[in-house]
Amino acid sequence: MAKNIIEKIWDSHVVTANAETSTPDILVIDLMLMHEVTSAQAFTLLKERSIPLFDKTRVVATLDHAIPTRRNRFEILDDSARAQVETLRRFCKEFDVTLFDFDSGYQGIVHVIGPELGITQPGMTIVCGDSHTSTHGAFGALAFGIGTSEVGHVLATGALLQHKPKTMRVRFDGMMKPGVSAKDAILKLIAEIGISGANGHVIEYCGSAVRAMTMEERMTICNMSIECGARGGLISPDDVTIAYIKNRLYAPKDSDWERAEAHWRSLSSDEAASYDREVAIDVTDLTPMVTWGTNPEQAMPISGLVPVVANLPSTHRAVAEQALAYTKLKEGQPMRGVSIQWAFIGSCTNGRIEDLRVAAGVMKGRSVHPNVTLYVVPGSEAVAAQAEREGLREIFESAGAHFRMPGCSMCLGMNDDKVPAGQRCVSTSNRNFIGRQGEGSITHLASPATVAASAVAGCITAYEE
Amino acid sequence: MEPFITVRSLGAPLPLKDVDTDMIIPAQFLTSTSREGFGEHLFVRLRASDPSFFMNQDRYRGAQVLITDSNFGCGSSREHAVWALRSAGIRVVIAPSFADIFASNSGKNGLLLVRLDRDTTNALLRECTEGEVVLTVDLERQVVVAHDGREWQFPCDPYLKHCLLNGLDDMDFLRSRLPDIRATKARLQEYSFFSIGTPNR
Repeated sequence: MAKNIIEKIWDSHVVTANAETSTPDILVIDLMLMHEVTSAQAFTLLKERSIPLFDKTRVVATLDHAIPTRRNRFEILDDSARAQVETLRRFCKEFDVTLFDFDSGYQGIVHVIGPELGITQPGMTIVCGDSHTSTHGAFGALAFGIGTSEVGHVLATGALLQHKPKTMRVRFDGMMKPGVSAKDAILKLIAEIGISGANGHVIEYCGSAVRAMTMEERMTICNMSIECGARGGLISPDDVTIAYIKNRLYAPKDSDWERAEAHWRSLSSDEAASYDREVAIDVTDLTPMVTWGTNPEQAMPISGLVPVVANLPSTHRAVAEQALAYTKLKEGQPMRGVSIQWAFIGSCTNGRIEDLRVAAGVMKGRSVHPNVTLYVVPGSEAVAAQAEREGLREIFESAGAHFRMPGCSMCLGMNDDKVPAGQRCVSTSNRNFIGRQGEGSITHLASPATVAASAVAGCITAYEE
Repeated sequence: MEPFITVRSLGAPLPLKDVDTDMIIPAQFLTSTSREGFGEHLFVRLRASDPSFFMNQDRYRGAQVLITDSNFGCGSSREHAVWALRSAGIRVVIAPSFADIFASNSGKNGLLLVRLDRDTTNALLRECTEGEVVLTVDLERQVVVAHDGREWQFPCDPYLKHCLLNGLDDMDFLRSRLPDIRATKARLQEYSFFSIGTPNR
């Protein structure tokens, strides 16, 4: 029977013996990524019940969420954040789990380091106590976020109880115009199907526009799958995938490489495969997108006007009213030209080297507007080092931006980097929920090119060559 | 885990759709290494900004059943959101739909999610806001019964129901299947090209 890639990975990882019909499937997990915020309680669970770690070679930890991104980040001023970091270090030592700590050369946002180390490989099942784990799906892996209890289950058994998800195919076809990016395409999808549009599904992205994307762009697409409710989103591996993985630190070598490549190519969805749901988006006429409200489906073209509440479906009006009251925008006003005080380039959505290249390309020879503070936060130590080598850091700093140390930073308002109350930030991150970037902060999600152009202009604007 | 016995409580209304986990508990309160104490930060922003919010009204004090709109618990995977609801005394959330990861986390912490159709939840939201509605949530029979005798059936996964009623979590079940898990891992070994212990330098 023809299968799609989601079914292929699922079926091969299900423990079939003794399965009872009323029980969810037992799914074998190939890799678990850990960070300081959702891991301590899981290790504690093992200790409380005297359960050993199942397989230390399938767990990788790093520090990203709660850490400062100052130069001297070893000094963590917040007592509880420091305790989280120290607890993770202690548990990793005790359980002999690999931790990519500060200055290891590999520390960074979990979803940035997995791919760049070559740990993330096609066909794997990958989990992490973080909803943006779907990022790894760009490699044709079935990757999804889990809660802390489930982190404990994987530590203890290398497996999880899961109901088989429904499948959705999203086709992005056509050629995007210059200045339009993967971020704009995924915001368009979320605006179209809504933030619960893919609940209960895993998405497979395909189509000519996806095939033309680099791995970085594909990661941006898969990363935001959760923003339309999908637990996972993935892309069948192809030449681009395989070229990206080759020669990375943990990539297979020599004869293993040839076997791996053959296996990975066999994972692609069969032509006759079917899906529970299909969505198609033509990106030919897509223009740069930005969010106007307080959830990621409230997105629109930058060239457009803020929606009039009465014109929205009745179920969306209350949320829209509340959103506009919070974002201090007026119905019908143009989005272009709204003043900003902050700009953020980084996060697991857009903190990779290519994102920094795009942003630096926009910034080169220009200056950050005097009313704006721009944070550029590389996704990992490796990205930071490469940005340095390529002269990108120099471009950002000459323009007056702050080039910081790697971490989640201003994406989620749980470390030192926060947007002050009442101030407006245009951000390459993934969520514009109320207070997401700090109490009272207002967030507009957009692409790296848009954020860089807006930081220069001092207001929301798209990049135009 | 505490077994789920029938809950009888006043219904507390939260008439919002797409309530995200940042709203349930903002990220700045996640810097703890335990599972305790999150209840005091539950819905902290709504408590600070909205006098009509149920937690700001004495009459809802002690309510264990929360009634809300669709897609409750969307966004971040933080289990802290469930811990916060549980430690503030919430045992049941009634809504037309829930976000996936939140739903999965709820089952592991004895928080029962009851899916009722939108017309019913809208009616309950209105009645709970305007007056008092006492609801009995009977998981064994999978029904919600109002004080006036109205009754609504709700779906529940048989495995989850078994776990909730008996206070079991997945850990023991998964551990009992370790030989099968190991056998599947061994079968997959042929297609495994990675081990963190041995970088392929």
